[in-house]
Amino acid sequence: MFGKLSIEAIPYHEPIVMIALGGAALIGLAIAAAITYYKKWGYLWKEWITSVDHKRLGVMYIIVAIIMLLRGFSDAIMMRAQQAIASGGAEGYLPPEHYDQIFTAHGVIMIFFMAMPFMVGLINIVVPLQIGARDVAFPFLNSLSFWLTVSGVILVNVSLGVGEFAATGWLAYPPLSDIQYSPGVGVDYWIWSLQISGIGTLLTGVNFFVTILKMRAPGMTMMKMPMFTWTSLCSVVLIIAAFPILTVTIALLTLDRYLGTHFFTNDMGGNQMMYVNLIWAWGHPEVYILVLPAFGIFAEVVATYCKKRLFGYTSMVYATVAITILSFLVWLHHFFTMGAGANVNSFFGIATMIIAIPTGVKIFNWLFTMYEGRVQFTVPMAWTIGFLITFTIGGMTGVLLAVPGADYVLHNSLFLIAHFHNVIIGGVVFGYLAGFTYWFPKVFGFKLNEKLGKASAWCWIVGFFVAFMPLYALGFMGMTRRLNSYDNPDWHFPLIVAAVGAAIIACGIACQLLQVVVSIKDRHKNIDETGDPWGGRTLEWSIPSPAPFYNFAHTPVVEERDAFWHMKEKGISEQKPAEYQDIHMPKNTSAGFFIGIIAAVFGFGLIWHMWWLAIAAGVGIFVTMVLRTFNDDIDYYVPAAEVERIESQRYQKLSNQA
Amino acid sequence: MSNQHQSQESHEHGSVKSYTTGLILSIILTVIPFGLVMTGTLSATATLAVIMIMAVVQIVVQVVYFLHLSEGSGPRWNMISLWFTILIVAIVVVGSLWIMFHLNHNLMVGM
Repeated sequence: MFGKLSIEAIPYHEPIVMIALGGAALIGLAIAAAITYYKKWGYLWKEWITSVDHKRLGVMYIIVAIIMLLRGFSDAIMMRAQQAIASGGAEGYLPPEHYDQIFTAHGVIMIFFMAMPFMVGLINIVVPLQIGARDVAFPFLNSLSFWLTVSGVILVNVSLGVGEFAATGWLAYPPLSDIQYSPGVGVDYWIWSLQISGIGTLLTGVNFFVTILKMRAPGMTMMKMPMFTWTSLCSVVLIIAAFPILTVTIALLTLDRYLGTHFFTNDMGGNQMMYVNLIWAWGHPEVYILVLPAFGIFAEVVATYCKKRLFGYTSMVYATVAITILSFLVWLHHFFTMGAGANVNSFFGIATMIIAIPTGVKIFNWLFTMYEGRVQFTVPMAWTIGFLITFTIGGMTGVLLAVPGADYVLHNSLFLIAHFHNVIIGGVVFGYLAGFTYWFPKVFGFKLNEKLGKASAWCWIVGFFVAFMPLYALGFMGMTRRLNSYDNPDWHFPLIVAAVGAAIIACGIACQLLQVVVSIKDRHKNIDETGDPWGGRTLEWSIPSPAPFYNFAHTPVVEERDAFWHMKEKGISEQKPAEYQDIHMPKNTSAGFFIGIIAAVFGFGLIWHMWWLAIAAGVGIFVTMVLRTFNDDIDYYVPAAEVERIESQRYQKLSNQA
Repeated sequence: MSNQHQSQESHEHGSVKSYTTGLILSIILTVIPFGLVMTGTLSATATLAVIMIMAVVQIVVQVVYFLHLSEGSGPRWNMISLWFTILIVAIVVVGSLWIMFHLNHNLMVGM
């Protein structure tokens, strides 16, 4: 009846896990109680859970990302604390099997359930606004993608309290991840949370690919698209090309574990090296999927706060496209030491170094945009300057690792850990946090607190260097990654420094959270009346803040690259349209929510070998899908009078200000 | 949600005839390799070669009859996407073969 599931699966004998669970349960209960007290369940259901509005979905994606950032970061703190005390034969406070789950969960959560949702959330909010569209191409699909991502998030979090998570490292290499060496359910949690959320990501990729190609405002040719839209386009192209590889690779591993096939075991002619090859054929493009949108954010931020058009727009576009293609030519550098030999290694080593060229072009474009500009040192600029310095260092250590000979010394050491945190924190995280601050007023109608924002940026930047520079040194001192305890006393001091760095980053996260709380409290002081708080250049700033649910009362006509800047220069940005028209909008639907939740049940059934549950849930997903297909009542019209009423309020505000 | 993109696309969808042709061709191209494997008429190498050829032909059939990428009048993006896909598939397949061949060569004892 319950497959492999029994009461023993609940880790009630592990105090750390139980305290974490208890805390999470208390917070959950408090939130539920607050919603009930303020009678907000109906509002939550109608306006958020069933919403197909790209801006609301974007907000929910980012909320998920921030919650998972907190979970992934507590894993990081636990690892830093363990390594700071488990020196010279001491065992520390985490037993090995728990420690292994923590470093696996940290990687999986930070990449798949923090960075990806944050990125998709920002793309959701910004891209339709930048191209002058009313929503995405497939609004229901967008809601479905979100709830499939949530489904993966649910499974990862359930693994904390029911059973265990994978203890294999974040990419679950066989043979360790095969049923013979990982007989528990940890790897199965890993498999199904990634498969289900991966389908969501793939659907998002298709959705935004079509949206960007088909739904741009009239006049916006490809070379007039805002830079963030360009980098998002390249990122979704990479999603469409790379995620099927991940899906197939994990599916083959699933067959090995569930049906006893031998794709990745030596018996019967399988080959575990093929897994490593395939997973990195997805894994390398994945890092560009994450970082390209961050590059786009920096381009928007730099141009806006330097009051100059972006330097070298065309070269920036070509650099982005070049990175898109090159990102598929370098995957072997993740396994130089597997033994492919000199010819193969030198080809992939050189290809890797070549990527530094288009990336360098971008760095210089941002610098030259700042050069002789009127730089305003706002919070997003603080993140951008922090990024430029940090990312350049990370890029250089990357080129160092791209030398196969050097990689033989450094691979699997803490030098590698320091390198990829250097580019992912310095590039991806700083970029998304810059974008978060930059576009916040567009979504909520008020600006975020500057002081706390800067404090957060400083803590993150300083904390990053304190936490990860010692790791570069430790790599040279021979310390390998994923160590639960060690007996070399020389490693102890740098690891204590690294733990202090993690604590400084924790202050940065605290400032960020405090910033949101304080800003909500002071929202009346920082209200954005005009819809253009920063003197922006692109179309999202041409509409009021918060953006109305239909985005644009009139589809804008684009003549120049920085469309809104051009309108302002011509003095037509505040022109009132002569008349309004009915607006065609998609209706909310609960189908995406139900499919997502049932998908989590489906995954849970498969993880615990409860076949009846998996079959029932599979039927449930199919039936929901069919019901949705036969529902013709999916759209409605906003009457012109209603549009006029909403828009005239804004023009009233504008004229009051003038 | 704009109306223009719906009307733009309507002429690209195929007819029942083209879907039927595609389906029948796909079935034939699947039955041939299946029959060869089950009867064992050809040598192992020849069978493998036929399977590969049939698979590639079937990809073309599906692209032409199901995805309708044959029409020259279609948007330029269709062709760019197709070529990008071919490029990426080629990189991943050729690259993987190259890597795995070298790994086998270097690591297998007695080869």
